[in-house]
Amino acid sequence: MASLDDLYKEIILDHYRSPRNQGELEPPAHRCEGFNPLCGDEVIVFVSLINKKIEEIKIGGQGCSISQASASMMTEIIKGKSVSEAEEIIHAFKEMMDIYESELSGKETDGTSSSIDLGDLEALQGVVKYPVRIKCATLAWNTLTQSINEIQNIDDSL
Amino acid sequence: MTIDVTEIKKDFPVLQRHINGKPLIYLDSANTSQKPVSVMDAMEDYYRQFNANVHRGSYQLANEATAILEGSRDKVTSFINANSRQEVVFTKNATEAMNLISNTWGREHLTDGDAIVLTELEHHANIVPWQMLASEKNFEIRWIKIDDNGHLDLSDFDQLIRGAKLLSFAAMSNVLGTFTPVKELTSRAQEMGLTVHADASQYTPHTKTDVQDMGIDFLTFTGHKLLGPMGIGVLWGKESLLESMPPFLGGGEMILNVTKEGFSTNELPWKFEAGTPMVAEAAGLGAAIDYLSDIGMDEIRNHEIDLTDYALQCLVSEFGETMSIFGPKNSLERGGVISFTFDGAHPHDISQVLDEDNICIRAGHHCAKPLMQVLNVGATSRVSMYLYNDRSDIDALVSGLHKVRDLFIP
Repeated sequence: MASLDDLYKEIILDHYRSPRNQGELEPPAHRCEGFNPLCGDEVIVFVSLINKKIEEIKIGGQGCSISQASASMMTEIIKGKSVSEAEEIIHAFKEMMDIYESELSGKETDGTSSSIDLGDLEALQGVVKYPVRIKCATLAWNTLTQSINEIQNIDDSL
Repeated sequence: MTIDVTEIKKDFPVLQRHINGKPLIYLDSANTSQKPVSVMDAMEDYYRQFNANVHRGSYQLANEATAILEGSRDKVTSFINANSRQEVVFTKNATEAMNLISNTWGREHLTDGDAIVLTELEHHANIVPWQMLASEKNFEIRWIKIDDNGHLDLSDFDQLIRGAKLLSFAAMSNVLGTFTPVKELTSRAQEMGLTVHADASQYTPHTKTDVQDMGIDFLTFTGHKLLGPMGIGVLWGKESLLESMPPFLGGGEMILNVTKEGFSTNELPWKFEAGTPMVAEAAGLGAAIDYLSDIGMDEIRNHEIDLTDYALQCLVSEFGETMSIFGPKNSLERGGVISFTFDGAHPHDISQVLDEDNICIRAGHHCAKPLMQVLNVGATSRVSMYLYNDRSDIDALVSGLHKVRDLFIP
């Protein structure tokens, strides 16, 4: 049986109580909103992309401990990374959050099949035992993905 | 007379359930109520003994099935004190009932330059159907605001309803528990020529509903919040209004005659009941109404006043300023629904921690996002009570909330 300690690890509560990189960025930084219609959580991701590098990232909005902590940790690992590095990290994180699905489908996975070190983010691994909360953990990440796609579409059209 | 909750709990099998060795504490009845054995028996009996399509057969089984469906309609008729059974239309749920009103009455009566009046308390089911129609017909939607205690602010009511064609409001808020002044709103609006609809999804399960006394034109509610099954709701409308409205869905049952050239509609209420109806669900709803009527709606209401008082007192004394409780403070002005936020703990996390002790409460926007914006919160926690809850459930909630506080508030 999953226990609350798996979900609410100290590092998660720390990021929830003291979120990193909270705030807004002025244009031309890109602004992208994400919603979880289930619980009403919303996250706003501000990204300043210069020379294919995420120079600055800020988070706005409101939500539960899992969504806020995940967003906070995301900003720490993503800031300063190139777009391709960021995409690898996003992929690795989503893969970690997909363990439940993999278990259901019977596929073997150790949860960290990619070589990326997710650091503190691995504390979120316990979330997969609470399937309803996976969307909380991935909200900021999906919004960041959308943000990067939108920026690249704008760049392509220039 | 007080009700015997210990005895009542025995009638609800799911309330006997233990998960991980702990009993279930169900405090989410505004979301959906639990069902007594008699409701399940009525539904099972229908399929075991009476299943046949209704209004079609010339054999006894079909006649019995028809009698079950129409018998439940009679029970609803007297439960809400409707004038006649012609005024009681079965729908899939309250949402469908409201879509029926907007698509028939609304489509006929509302056009460019018109206005309708809603309140900030509304559930999405009493907002979105009107917004959908407004985007097509280009009428204005006006909003009655709420005050700091969660009551409707009626200071500019006359101005808001002037020139409007419809007033549509929740008789009880699903978030704040507020009872709205149905009779006062209705008589003032009707004097100004408005048609009035009350969404009674939260109201009818918890207090005596008398459509004639309320004076309204339409009433809608759902079966599953009233101890009945999911999949059946009710539209009640004044007979003359329903007569004047075009049909909603087309198909079998709702016609009198069909030719290659066209069709004529069936009489009320079947004019609005296209297709094979939900007979087992109607049997269940009828059994639910019997169950509630045996106990007495006034007794149920009094029990909930007492329990709401107790819950409010416990929450205020245990958590004081760290908890914000929304809605009226006086339990006589509200139903057994309490929404709150807790400093430092998000509603989603609160219900997660409570779930460890099988305490079921709702977290989120409760399908009332415009109200969330007014309250300036993204989400609330919501506790909602019914006849099968007692003080031990509230005590369990309070001790669960202490665990929340210990975890989130260092």
